[in-house]
Amino acid sequence: MKNKSVVLFVLFTLIVTACGGGEEKKESASSESFKAKVAAKLGLTEFEFENGVGPIKEKLNIPAEIDKKMAAEGLKIFESKCMSCHKLDEKYTGPALRDVTKRRTNEYIMNMILNPEEMTKRHPEARKLLGIHATQMTFQNVTQEDTRKLLEYLRSESK
Amino acid sequence: MKIKIIFALAITVFSSAILYNCSQSNNLGSDDAAKKVYVAPGDKDEFYAFMSGGFSGHVSVYGLPSGRLFKVINVFAQSPETGYGYSEESKGMLQTSLGFIPWDDAHHPELSQTDGVPDGRWLFINANNTPRIARLNLSSFETEEIIEIPNSGGNHGSPFVTENTEYCVASTRFSVPIPNRDVEISSYKENFKGSISFIKVDPKSGKLNLAFQILVPGFNYDLAHAGKGPSKDWCFFTSYNSEQANSLLEINASQNDKDFVAAINWKAAEKFVAEGKGKSMPAEYFSNYFDEEKQQSVSNKKTSVIVLNPKDCPGLIYYLPTPKSPHGVDVDPSGEYIVAGGKLATVIPVHSFSKMIAAIDKKDFIGNIDGIPIIKYESVIAGEVQDPGLGPLHTEFDGKGYAYTSAFISSEIVKWKLGTWEVVDRIPTYYSIGHLMIPGGDSKNPWGKYVIALNKITKDRYLPTGPELTQSAQLIDITGDKMKLLLDFPTIGEPHYAQAIPAEILIKNNKRIYELEKNKNSNAVLSEKNARVERKGKDVHVYMTATRSHFKPDNIEGIKVGDNVYFHITNLEQDWDIPHGFAVKGLRNSELLIMPGQTKTILWKPEQVGIFPFYCSDFCSALHQEMSGYARVSQTSSNVALKFN
Repeated sequence: MKNKSVVLFVLFTLIVTACGGGEEKKESASSESFKAKVAAKLGLTEFEFENGVGPIKEKLNIPAEIDKKMAAEGLKIFESKCMSCHKLDEKYTGPALRDVTKRRTNEYIMNMILNPEEMTKRHPEARKLLGIHATQMTFQNVTQEDTRKLLEYLRSESK
Repeated sequence: MKIKIIFALAITVFSSAILYNCSQSNNLGSDDAAKKVYVAPGDKDEFYAFMSGGFSGHVSVYGLPSGRLFKVINVFAQSPETGYGYSEESKGMLQTSLGFIPWDDAHHPELSQTDGVPDGRWLFINANNTPRIARLNLSSFETEEIIEIPNSGGNHGSPFVTENTEYCVASTRFSVPIPNRDVEISSYKENFKGSISFIKVDPKSGKLNLAFQILVPGFNYDLAHAGKGPSKDWCFFTSYNSEQANSLLEINASQNDKDFVAAINWKAAEKFVAEGKGKSMPAEYFSNYFDEEKQQSVSNKKTSVIVLNPKDCPGLIYYLPTPKSPHGVDVDPSGEYIVAGGKLATVIPVHSFSKMIAAIDKKDFIGNIDGIPIIKYESVIAGEVQDPGLGPLHTEFDGKGYAYTSAFISSEIVKWKLGTWEVVDRIPTYYSIGHLMIPGGDSKNPWGKYVIALNKITKDRYLPTGPELTQSAQLIDITGDKMKLLLDFPTIGEPHYAQAIPAEILIKNNKRIYELEKNKNSNAVLSEKNARVERKGKDVHVYMTATRSHFKPDNIEGIKVGDNVYFHITNLEQDWDIPHGFAVKGLRNSELLIMPGQTKTILWKPEQVGIFPFYCSDFCSALHQEMSGYARVSQTSSNVALKFN
């Protein structure tokens, strides 16, 4: 009797682990809860898994149209605080940023700028990039408002 | 029977257990000390201690109770490690009327105070050799200002502050002709004078301004402390060599039975200055200030000073006879007792402030020197501590009614009770203690948990290091009736005096970076796209940025032998603890250490043709080794064009 329950338990664990292992191909009605499970395994909420870890904790209401004034202000900040590590079209100290707004959500980008150390520790994508570029991205003493402008600039450069 | 044996056995086991525990607790002495100084990895110390670096000219920052060294703050001496005193921005800090003086002998750190209690804004320290006072910012832990003291032969009795940091004081250790001139040394009594300076501290910016000096007889003025509470309008200065000897002072300045503590009413001095009693006298001295936003030192040469003569200012200054060549002068937390360390005396004389005021009212004087009334000893003395150890020097207070005096010759700290003057405890120090320090121990509110002995000699205390040995600090627990030695640790230079303050007061204002938005340095490059090289005649300006893990530009050509190459480097990082270094092969100046958001400039005068690598000298990242570049130097006559990328 005892042995039987042990076997059952091991089987069950295997099943759960296999599921958690992330067969992402399975597109199904349960993909939302599947994402939640992956996130939970990483110690993240589903929001954090999609949008990064940091001060941005909910989806921002960002209109599709680019605010040109804001983008121009973002460029100024970019030139002072980001450009020594990032170029748009080539890898430099960090990754090229031309298409970053296509690869990441707006909120993810802002959290990465505002909270890079925790991001590279906790978020699997950010950690992967640290492995590739080998230099820890740092917080550049920008406000959330500055960061929003930086995002607008990056959106304006996206093709 | 069996039961009895079992019972006896049980008792034996039980009592052995008790005995075992006892023998363990007997060993607790040292374990207990270890526990009291142990700060677990990652935990923080309770106090910051600022110790003078003595002849190193720096200030060192330690944690208490661990005794761990955190930082050496460059003050009066150049530091090739950081570029302090070498970089174009910082060189001006060491400018004096005698030229550029890149070293000194730093003695007494003093924390700024509000209402008689250390407030954590600034730390002042004196240069004993070429008379100066520095002000350090305790948010950045950097030297922000250095002012020279004219008409002084050596600035020892300094830079003690008044109750609300209205003034720092400076008394001259060596009397000299004022103004300085070419006279026979044997004309000492006729021509040599002492000076006591009051340096006004701006309550907001902390900026220093020499407000006035008081001309005093040509004795050696040694140490000082301001009053507090009832005595807050007064400052007290010890003097020796009232014999006015100019040779073999060790004998000739030790003849008189009593020398003097000078009591100066600084409020009255302010009034005399306001009434125009002071005379403006020509005097050359420098005031050097480091503008944090411009990241540039500004040196101003001053040409005159207001001098008060006691003869014109009745009520300004009195002499309190004090046995015998007194060294320290320390005022207890209540402000009533003025304790003098009678270096060669057999007692510690303690003057009473209230008795002093009463004696002044009654004109209870026994004479005067150059218009300075001498108060009768018996009329001003509150008590004498008998058998205080040999060579009593300095006294600090625990705020619980006890005083602690260092005895240099007998190498001990003596604890005694204020009011009864009885010695209640003593503890040996290893060896030859000079100053001692209790956190806040010269203020109205001592944090009376520890006393630190600052020792001149360590001899057999540590692993030997050839003829030159370290000095030391010893941490002693003063929370119980008996003082208990907890720890000793080596120090930077000779730690004359020290000050300590609860860490929490400083941590909350600690600066982490220099914000790029506030960087107004005229040579700063605030974006990598503006990094460039420009030639102006023989001067080549390299406007360079540094981030992990590259310099921009990192290839420079077109430099010629005989050029003055100015590397203006801005660290564009904006996160805590990411400094970059800058080092060029063969640079006969220094390397640089540049904090996040800072701009520093170093001058390179290449003398040989060739390729000269440069690199980051402070390990900054995984790709730190890659953070490097090349400068090409060509013949003076060559026409290699200026080129960079």
